[in-house]
Amino acid sequence: MENKSKRVIPDKILQAGHYQPFESTDFGQPTIQRVAPKVTAQTGPSKVLDSVKKVVAETVQDGMTISFHHHFREGDFVFNQVMREVIDQGYQDLTLAPSSLTNVMNDIVVEAIEKGVVTNITSSGMRGSLGNAISHGALKNPVIFRSHGNRARAIEAGDIKIDVAFLGVPNADEMGNANGQNGTAAFGSLGYALMDAQYADCLVLLTDELMPYPNTPASIKQTQVDYVVQVDKVGDPDKIGSGATRFTKNPKELQIARMVNEVIIHSPYFKDGFSFQTGSGGAALAVTRFLRQSMIEKQIRASFALGGITKPTTDLLKEGLVQKVMDVQDFDKGAAFSMKESPNQQEIDASWYADPANKGAMVDKLDVAILSALEIDTDFNVNVMTGSDGVIRGAIGGHQDAATANLTIISAPLVRGRIATVVPKVTTAITPGASIDVLVTELGIAINPGRTDLQAALEKVPGLPIFTIEELQQRAEKIVGQAKPLEFTDRVVALAEYRDGSLIDVIKEVKD
Amino acid sequence: MQIKQSALAGTLESSDVQIMLSPAKQGIQFDLVSDVAKQFGDQIKATVLAVLAAYDIDQVTVKVVDKGALDPVIKARAITACQRALAIADQPQWEVL
Repeated sequence: MENKSKRVIPDKILQAGHYQPFESTDFGQPTIQRVAPKVTAQTGPSKVLDSVKKVVAETVQDGMTISFHHHFREGDFVFNQVMREVIDQGYQDLTLAPSSLTNVMNDIVVEAIEKGVVTNITSSGMRGSLGNAISHGALKNPVIFRSHGNRARAIEAGDIKIDVAFLGVPNADEMGNANGQNGTAAFGSLGYALMDAQYADCLVLLTDELMPYPNTPASIKQTQVDYVVQVDKVGDPDKIGSGATRFTKNPKELQIARMVNEVIIHSPYFKDGFSFQTGSGGAALAVTRFLRQSMIEKQIRASFALGGITKPTTDLLKEGLVQKVMDVQDFDKGAAFSMKESPNQQEIDASWYADPANKGAMVDKLDVAILSALEIDTDFNVNVMTGSDGVIRGAIGGHQDAATANLTIISAPLVRGRIATVVPKVTTAITPGASIDVLVTELGIAINPGRTDLQAALEKVPGLPIFTIEELQQRAEKIVGQAKPLEFTDRVVALAEYRDGSLIDVIKEVKD
Repeated sequence: MQIKQSALAGTLESSDVQIMLSPAKQGIQFDLVSDVAKQFGDQIKATVLAVLAAYDIDQVTVKVVDKGALDPVIKARAITACQRALAIADQPQWEVL
């Protein structure tokens, strides 16, 4: 059947997963029964085990769901150590439920799939050789993609039941009190991992720095932890986050950033106490710089900045232009370090950040969100998941969640190389057009026709050309030519959930 | 017409295309490598073949490595490759432009 995002979802997929098709961005006020984890009580003086091999043998069984976090990003040493043991000890039929999958994890996941060790995956996203393998049908069961907020919801509701969570931490004591801020491999906020810590039946911490007991601040608490395993290294500090963030010199990105800033400051939301979330791309970082200048000029301060945090944002905190930073993950060392220094940089878990199924998430209070897109179509639907060749190469991240902001801006170049960003129909719909308000390209902006208030607020701004999204799509097509439609088989290789757990789209196997 | 010599035009920078022409005895062999081959492979081939036809080249091996070039870039690189392959790079044939 066709869902409200005009995507055709095969009926047998809906039935097999007991799925509802995507209906609306409005979650409503349902009453939800959450699940609680099993707890194996212990009163001993220490939980330290000396090898990954032992802890895997002790905790994992065939058919289980195991989880990891991705806060170490491309510098992760934990995932590979644990998965090596899981494969070598011959477990079968596991479900892999990490918060996301980074490139360093690709090869071993592909191996685990080939050997029947992993038969189900749920993740925020994937890319590289793994995305390619999945898009070519390597896994029998479809991968389920969930946003960070939706993963929190799914864990709380029991849709994801984590049997064993293996969480790498840059420090922990013998009982499992741990945080992400101290140690050689410090990465800042443990936001996504806190869900696993709270809901896994069995929690294994892996660390390379055993601290004197009791270790504080304790983001993960000893009440949640079953085992602490000491390893040589949990991560490569140089690859965990990007180093010093460079201000982009790319004129196209600067032009986009300038116009994004114009949209924000001429919107009704730009007033003292407003809130915002930016991403980590070049244009998003440049927006933060422009926004800073505008805030100083107009004497406006933000109540909070949300989401994945970068140094330009924590600099605003230091300057007093932002009152609080609500931090679910840190993209660079500067932001991670700032968390340790500033009491106004609050670590938040994925549920607090973005989960629709709780008593109030931070994204509900968000005024301005600046998000990216691989593709956006004339209905404003956004694809952040599949590339121009139809292959999986992205992640939902917090896209669907932050897009519920009062003013959601997609910043994207009109074309990338010969690939149009503004298209008649996105390859994969991830974030519904109903939650997107303005598209900003280097040529000009397009306003969602549902937002006549923004149209009125922005139409007289000098240097801010307004087009219809159809006009932008035609401009893009004129530059690159008309693309031949991609070819897919009928086989579904991945499901994309909306943040409420309904199905917004399916991804099919590519035909080569 | 056959070409006089192997010739290369273009780079492997993004948004460029590298076109190599080498002598062949029978017809046109066309080989394309491109990240956007699925969507634009046919158009890229058509653009290059049209330029070859304008130069009456019909016996050649064509190797195209595309990095997402737009059509005018592909056309320009193809023209340059043809001029070089025919050893007439110093006499631009304006009418084929």
